[in-house]
Amino acid sequence: MAPQAKKTQVSMKVNGVDVDGLVEPRTLLVHFIRENLQLTGTHIGCETTHCGACTVDIDGMSVKSCTMFAVQADGSEILTVEGMANADGTLSALQEGFRQMHGLQCGFCTPGMIVRAHRLLRENPTPTEEEIRFGISGNLCRCTGYQNIVRAIQYAAAKINGTEFKEAAE
Amino acid sequence: MIPGPFTYHRPTSVADAIKLLGELGDEARPLAGGHSLIPMMKLRLATPDHLVDLHGIGELRGMRRDGDTVVIGAMTTQYDLLASDTIAAALPILHETALLIADPQVRYCGTLGGNVANGDPGNDMPALMMTLGAVYRLRGPGGEREVAAADFYQGAYFTALEPGEILTAVAVPAQPAGHGYAYEKLKRKIGDYATAAAAVVLTMRGGTVATCSIGLTNLSETPLLAEEAAGAVIGTSLDDAALKKAAEAARAIMQPAGDGRGPVEYRKHVGGIMVERALRRAAAKAA
Repeated sequence: MAPQAKKTQVSMKVNGVDVDGLVEPRTLLVHFIRENLQLTGTHIGCETTHCGACTVDIDGMSVKSCTMFAVQADGSEILTVEGMANADGTLSALQEGFRQMHGLQCGFCTPGMIVRAHRLLRENPTPTEEEIRFGISGNLCRCTGYQNIVRAIQYAAAKINGTEFKEAAE
Repeated sequence: MIPGPFTYHRPTSVADAIKLLGELGDEARPLAGGHSLIPMMKLRLATPDHLVDLHGIGELRGMRRDGDTVVIGAMTTQYDLLASDTIAAALPILHETALLIADPQVRYCGTLGGNVANGDPGNDMPALMMTLGAVYRLRGPGGEREVAAADFYQGAYFTALEPGEILTAVAVPAQPAGHGYAYEKLKRKIGDYATAAAAVVLTMRGGTVATCSIGLTNLSETPLLAEEAAGAVIGTSLDDAALKKAAEAARAIMQPAGDGRGPVEYRKHVGGIMVERALRRAAAKAA
């Protein structure tokens, strides 16, 4: 057995709050978020960079936090699903969209979907349906068939842009 | 899936990174985007004692036009490539290819340097760099040297990189106005490596092909430059006979593995089809 590597101090801003912790270099960011910070909204799905359930927003990028070490995120600003609600605690447009459009069944992929969709809408506030599907292609959902997730994001985009949300014809 | 223990280093200059890699020897690995290395570490297929993270080195990131060449820093991400006007103007095929790599999250992290230096035959950029005549800039304890992409790949995960060397930049010739290009990639799903893929860059003159270069991804232990296939279409109008000849010449050099993406015969078959499709689409784009 190799000796345990020396622990390293890391500090970052998570959902607007300054946090720090002592981690082994091999500690994955998702474990730091879930275990050290006790923010268990970020899910561990496949652990192989495929499913996107562990997606968090780091300095304006959607990142699969199972594929980054916590030490790499030192000094960064992170947003997790716990940081998605409006400042007054009400649901954000995206959260409301997932609720109104029934954008989930079991809910396991939802944190990753919402965090990813948040960045997608920041980069492209008026995405087409195709752009939404391509934009969330790094997030797997095994329940919904994606239809209602796409609608939820369309609902949120309309709400953010102050335009009317039109249900796509069946 | 927890990686083995390692010591983390974050140098702020290329000189420091090379010094560290030299001192730490075989047990150290440079870390770029990490989306190949970290999954391997989680499976304990890679167990480096030291990681030298290149993210702290500003000089390794970014793109600039230098005369007829576009110089791209090794730590430039696929996302950076997609956002770059320089790339869109001078090397639109990089834009097209980057969109076919992995998924949005991975593209924020994955770097051009990591993609080309890893030597993974499944990576898309190596064959493209060979097609474009790119040159890799390597720096190590002995100084800097340049190796053509076409001379870089020796086997699966074996490259011309010497121990202690890192790839610092990729110099890609800007393509002439009016050139045609296409990267055709057959994959099972978004995020997958290619079952077969072909890159084509060509120019047309008076309805016939004047210059042409063809590269192949994941159809051998290394990316391939299909020189005979390219030669077969030069001077033709890309009629069906020429396309067929090019596909057959390309198939003759393919040696894919039979795996979950299909048996050898199938992958060679679709490899030829990727060549035909890429040629046709590139020609349609050429002015």
